[in-house]
Amino acid sequence: MNQVVLNEPLSQISLLFVSGAMAFIAIALVVFSFQLAKLSSDQSVDSSKLSNLEKLGFWALGLGTLVLTVGVVMRGIAAGRVPWANMYEFSISAALLILMVYLTALKIKDIRYIATFISGFVLVILFAAVSIFYVEVKTLMPALDSYWLVIHVVVAILASSFFAIAAGFHIAYLVKNSGFGKKVMNLFPDLDQLERLAYRFNIVGFVLWSFTLIAGAIWAERAWHRYWGWDTKEVWTFIIWVLYAGYLHAMATRGWRGSKAAWLGVIAFSAVIFNFTIVNLFFKGLHVYSGL
Amino acid sequence: MATSFLSRVLFWPRWFFRQLTSMRTALFLLLLLAFAAIPGSVYPQRSADPNGVRLFFDNQPELAKVLDSIQIFDVYTSVWFSSIYILLFVSLIGCVVPRTKIHYHALRAKPVKTPAKLDRMPIYRQFEAFEPYLDAAQAVLKKSRIRFTRSGNSISAEKGYLKETGNLVFHYSLIGVLIAVGVGGGLSFSGQRVLVEGETFVNNLASYDSFSPGPFFNEENLQPFDLKLEDFEVVYDLTNLNNRGQPIDFIATVTALGKTSEIKVNSPLAAPGANIYLTGNGFAPVITVRDGEGNIAYSGPVVFLPQDSNMTSLGVIKVPDANPEQLGFISFFYPTAEELESGAYTSIYPDPFVPLLTMNLYSGDLGLDNGVPKNVFALDTSNLKEVASRNAENPPLQLEPGDVVDLPDNLGSVSFDGLLRFASLDVAYNPGGIWVLGFALLALGSLALSLMIPRRRIWFRFADGKIEAAALARNDDPGLEDFLQRLVLEINKEIEKK
Ligand code: HEM
Repeated sequence: MNQVVLNEPLSQISLLFVSGAMAFIAIALVVFSFQLAKLSSDQSVDSSKLSNLEKLGFWALGLGTLVLTVGVVMRGIAAGRVPWANMYEFSISAALLILMVYLTALKIKDIRYIATFISGFVLVILFAAVSIFYVEVKTLMPALDSYWLVIHVVVAILASSFFAIAAGFHIAYLVKNSGFGKKVMNLFPDLDQLERLAYRFNIVGFVLWSFTLIAGAIWAERAWHRYWGWDTKEVWTFIIWVLYAGYLHAMATRGWRGSKAAWLGVIAFSAVIFNFTIVNLFFKGLHVYSGL
Repeated sequence: MATSFLSRVLFWPRWFFRQLTSMRTALFLLLLLAFAAIPGSVYPQRSADPNGVRLFFDNQPELAKVLDSIQIFDVYTSVWFSSIYILLFVSLIGCVVPRTKIHYHALRAKPVKTPAKLDRMPIYRQFEAFEPYLDAAQAVLKKSRIRFTRSGNSISAEKGYLKETGNLVFHYSLIGVLIAVGVGGGLSFSGQRVLVEGETFVNNLASYDSFSPGPFFNEENLQPFDLKLEDFEVVYDLTNLNNRGQPIDFIATVTALGKTSEIKVNSPLAAPGANIYLTGNGFAPVITVRDGEGNIAYSGPVVFLPQDSNMTSLGVIKVPDANPEQLGFISFFYPTAEELESGAYTSIYPDPFVPLLTMNLYSGDLGLDNGVPKNVFALDTSNLKEVASRNAENPPLQLEPGDVVDLPDNLGSVSFDGLLRFASLDVAYNPGGIWVLGFALLALGSLALSLMIPRRRIWFRFADGKIEAAALARNDDPGLEDFLQRLVLEINKEIEKK
């Protein structure tokens, strides 16, 4: 038993930091959109070099990530445990991990062009977190009070982050393929490259998701006396896993690569989001930890 | 014309099997499986939420009947869901076995002959070199443990066989998972038992309140042991204002197998042949009923079922031994009682700070004698006289711990002698679990191998004072160029050494 002393003032300060991070990320989003618009109207600019405008955007995004890190860490300290035990906390941690994975990947590969998507998506998550999912810090219910909460959930968030970035590439692929917004899409790499990048992120996500599934089953055996019981959340974890397995097969099937595989990737990622929002909020089951 | 009878008979089965084991079918079946799993999350399932199914039948009996006829309340054991995954696994076996054969031969065969036109390969370089270059290349390949074969003026090498091995092991592991789930589920059992503080449970079928065995379960598999619930403590959060009344810990102290241990949520007790889990809790007020003739007609703890988060609890006491008339009570227990304006009570905190029992009293024939098993948590009042309640002549009885209250109409008396807690325990056994885990981890490991390891072919050919070097990858492989570059650098180093 651990009698935790919650620190509400600190959680309020944490909320301030999270909101502050949103401001920075919003600036980044505006700058990136502006940059895209500018490049598309003036095709003569060499887009492979980092423009001053882009620099500003990445500074804002970096600062936003930093401020968000402080906010998330503070929330954890205020609650006396890992900051991912309800939907609000899960959302801010997911937003942070997406940013971290993206910024790290950016060091390895030039994937600047989805910066607009990433900052937009993270902003939506954070906005939903503070406006819809927000709850004050609470102590854990005993079923959640386990080190599996640390392992299972953090890997789930990490897997979702990889899927999210892959979804960015899928969407870019589909838009480019449809011929819509030709000018902007000309700035993106060719279709092959987009497909490959999506695949790279998806396979990492898939391995992590497989781990999440196994860790969840081990935890369920401890907490709910059976490792698998087709609880709603288990069902959706399974569905997501099978959808991504389908995507991987599609990538190996002639005639399915390209836009069909990209659509599958988008559908699979929609299931991730559906699982996190609709299933958490409206479906009945044992995983009632939205805190709402 | 010369097609034999046999091959004609086998045409369609063969055709069907070929279709079934095609990648396209696997993909289709996977998507179908994902889709078919959805209804199970929308409609309550008998296995996970039997109460929800009952409610559904009560609320929409017509629709429920229709849905039940297509097994919507048992999706994951339904004929249609099972057909999909069985087909999928047949397809998987039909797909993986031939690939295993091919891979086995590939592992023993030499890398493929060097193609005539290397300059068609995705990575291709050409540079001046001397004949011994190939010897150096051979040495480097050997050192890097890359398989190669040299024929005349060219070397053909291949690496990353582990990718296909990983892929095959992954698919076989999935079969392992499925078998372990099936066999384990068959041998498994789970039984529920409510135990009040001080009571002892003996592990045999008769001691369970409910028991669900798998199809291969045998009663002899139940290992004999006793378990006594010594004490059950529930810890609520009193430190944090916003959180008051939130349970922090449930601790059941039990004596079993000659030692005292704790069972908590998330930490079951390992007993012989089963794990014992804590799944629920509540109050069991100790109640004594004396009948109109002054004899003790009932005495002991009564399990009350919690109704809300502040542990307002509902209990039923049936006293068939009371004379002259049988008695029945429907009773509410409020751990921390507060009177509402209406005069009714509610509980405002889950721990017993101001405990109160209220009771409605019924008399008459309880209908227990005709041998039909009755739900102990419900009292059929339709043939009973309502003696005391908010609607009857007499008000409901009210008792605090230690109180003795006379019943109206000289029916006797009732006393509230003490307050105990009960724990709901789940005794569960599934020998498949550890195998499922083993195969799942094997699947995870081989999946990672298969997805992360690149499969690459490399060629070197010497002709006219020039070396051609080329590389080809099986899948998308961003590191291919670097890989060849590094090989060439090492070969140059090797040459310098000489
Ligand atoms: C329960 C059903 C199945 C599941 C869950 C499943 C899952 C997977 C996964 C996750 C991968 C990617 C990892 C890897 O490359 O090793 C994969 C690859 C593969 N699967 Fe399956 N699979 C199933 C059935 C099948 C069937 C029926 C076939 C044959 C028709 C098949 C053929 C393949 C092939 C050829 C690959 C390699 C793809 C590549 O080269 O990238 N699988 N499978």
